[in-house]
Amino acid sequence: MSFNRRDFLKLTGLGAVSAVAARAAAAFPFFGGAPGAVKAETNAKTAKRWAMVVDLTKCKENCTDCIDACHTTHNVPDFGDDKRHEVKWIWKEPYKQSFPDQENEFLKDDLSERRVLVFCNHCQNPPCTRVCPTRATWKRPEDGIVMMDWHRCIGCRYCMAACPYGSRSFNWLDPRPHIKTITPDYPTRTRGVVEKCNFCDSRLAQGQMPACVEACKDRALIFGDLEAPDSPVRQILRERFSIRRKPELGTQPQVYYVV
Amino acid sequence: MLEKALQGGPKYWLWMILLAAVIGAGSLCYYTQLIYGLGITGMSRDVTWGLYIAQFTFLVGVAASAVMVVLPYYLHNYKAFSKITILGEFIAISAVIMCLLFVIVDIGQPMRAVNMVLYPSPRSILFWDMVVLNGYLVLNVVISRVTMGAERKGVKPPAWIRPVIVLSIPWAVSIHTVTAFIYCGLGARPFWLTAILAPRFLASAFSAGPALLILLCLLMRRLTKFDAGDEPIQKLSIIVAYAMAANVFFVALELFTALYSASPEHIAPFQYMFLGLEGKHKLAPWVWTSQSMGILALVLLIVPRTRKNMRILALACIGLNIALWIDKGMAMVVTGFVPSPLGHVTEYTPTPPEIMIAIGIYAIGLFILTGLCRIALSLRGQLEA
Ligand code: SF4
Ligand code: SF4
Ligand code: SF4
Repeated sequence: MSFNRRDFLKLTGLGAVSAVAARAAAAFPFFGGAPGAVKAETNAKTAKRWAMVVDLTKCKENCTDCIDACHTTHNVPDFGDDKRHEVKWIWKEPYKQSFPDQENEFLKDDLSERRVLVFCNHCQNPPCTRVCPTRATWKRPEDGIVMMDWHRCIGCRYCMAACPYGSRSFNWLDPRPHIKTITPDYPTRTRGVVEKCNFCDSRLAQGQMPACVEACKDRALIFGDLEAPDSPVRQILRERFSIRRKPELGTQPQVYYVV
Repeated sequence: MLEKALQGGPKYWLWMILLAAVIGAGSLCYYTQLIYGLGITGMSRDVTWGLYIAQFTFLVGVAASAVMVVLPYYLHNYKAFSKITILGEFIAISAVIMCLLFVIVDIGQPMRAVNMVLYPSPRSILFWDMVVLNGYLVLNVVISRVTMGAERKGVKPPAWIRPVIVLSIPWAVSIHTVTAFIYCGLGARPFWLTAILAPRFLASAFSAGPALLILLCLLMRRLTKFDAGDEPIQKLSIIVAYAMAANVFFVALELFTALYSASPEHIAPFQYMFLGLEGKHKLAPWVWTSQSMGILALVLLIVPRTRKNMRILALACIGLNIALWIDKGMAMVVTGFVPSPLGHVTEYTPTPPEIMIAIGIYAIGLFILTGLCRIALSLRGQLEA
């Protein structure tokens, strides 16, 4: 049995109080309301725990459709060869580097040279949110998305030291001159703040699937609710063998890899 | 009392103007960093903390080390330290101010720093570090003001200050422990993930700090009428020797655990430190310098003949501080990021503006320390020799 925050609130009668507080917070976004959060529309996609499955058997080695889609949608700057100042939300990393704990000397041919899609794991037990001194990054209690508030972040980069997956990027320079084409309906960031994949929270609020999922013609990215037994993610995890990145750290990544 | 800092001869003013010039140059570089972003430094997506946070770590240690004179003097009534306790507190005050400045220059959005107060996050160690560091600053300012004020009036300090002083002792230990917790609580960074980090921080701090205090005493003996006397300096040097021995021992423990267990993620950072990884070994010469200087200084401090020779003692204290500065003010922080969580080896070299900003902050610290010492000396009528 799991006893979650909602049960606790109900039990202690704090539910009503917190509902009022939530409404107050929505009315005064300055006090705790999350800027950037799009008002939920009626057709918003919701879940108890969002998760992604990456099907490596379908993902094509040289395809970058999902990466391009994500980075265009979210105004992620491109610093070209300047690797030091690179900002990226989703990218490909050699198999052995993505899964250092699976480092067998001899591997299936198709794996050993493989490059694997990596992005924020939206960990269920995220070390990055634990260390943040301003709660500028936090796990959304209703659906488990690890959010980022670029207006509150002070740029201390403690979260980057704490993330075991290198999922976070810092804006060492002003990103705007480095964005190829600015997507007007998504905010750009300023220098001095951290950013990362946010599971397309604003697209979900508008009833759309994540940009990377939509962009993948080979259906290698499967997105859904881990708490719903019939969801596509649960289905594929039931049928196929999957692994996660550095599970021994107890972060409980919500991104699964079918190999 | 502060007006006393404004009285001084030409040598004093020349020194202060020099410091002010350095501070000016540092501020100019910082202004550039504000406009351009932290991209002006040598840090990168893989090595996200560098010179600034490393100086912060080193200086927290220096600040905490005041306890090594406060404790014997106030708890054990060790009279020989009566003259230098105030100097220890002054070093603590200037070190904490430098620490806070190093954090400010390191963050990407300094204008938002107050968010740490607006959205207090007790789960974050950085939050607690802010609390203990500011508390420690207040404690030391209050203690030194009250004790000095009493000395000026020629009366005993009021009774209420004693519990405050006693409180400052565990508080000093806490600032460095909490600073170690920033690092050693991260599963993502095997190099820092060790319970010995906090004890090691304390040991290195308790040798570097008193060594600096010895140097300050020797310097003041030459430049002013203030003479701490040989006895406290000798006592301090024994403290330095013991603490350094403990530090070297702790480092050896770490090396053994990493190397003998042969766990790759624990070996890799050490390998980078001492030998380099993937042909990248910028840090290695520094680390070897640090290790050999540290050992040499330790030997000079342990052998009574060399320790009792003030000239050699001064050299040993300088060497020891260079060794510990490289170790903590550079290697410890950078190595935590190499290799990166994805196994990449990215090297870090601080850039000239970054170094200038750091020097500027040190100049601010020295400025404050000089001013404070000036006040104390003029109260005691022990200015220029
Ligand atoms: S992958 Fe990293 S950034 Fe994403 S939730 Fe986990 S720890 Fe945080
Ligand atoms: S960089 Fe921003 S999000 Fe990350 S820990 Fe610091 S304040 Fe929080
Ligand atoms: S889920 Fe959205 S934000 Fe995350 S990688 Fe995919 S497109 Fe980018």
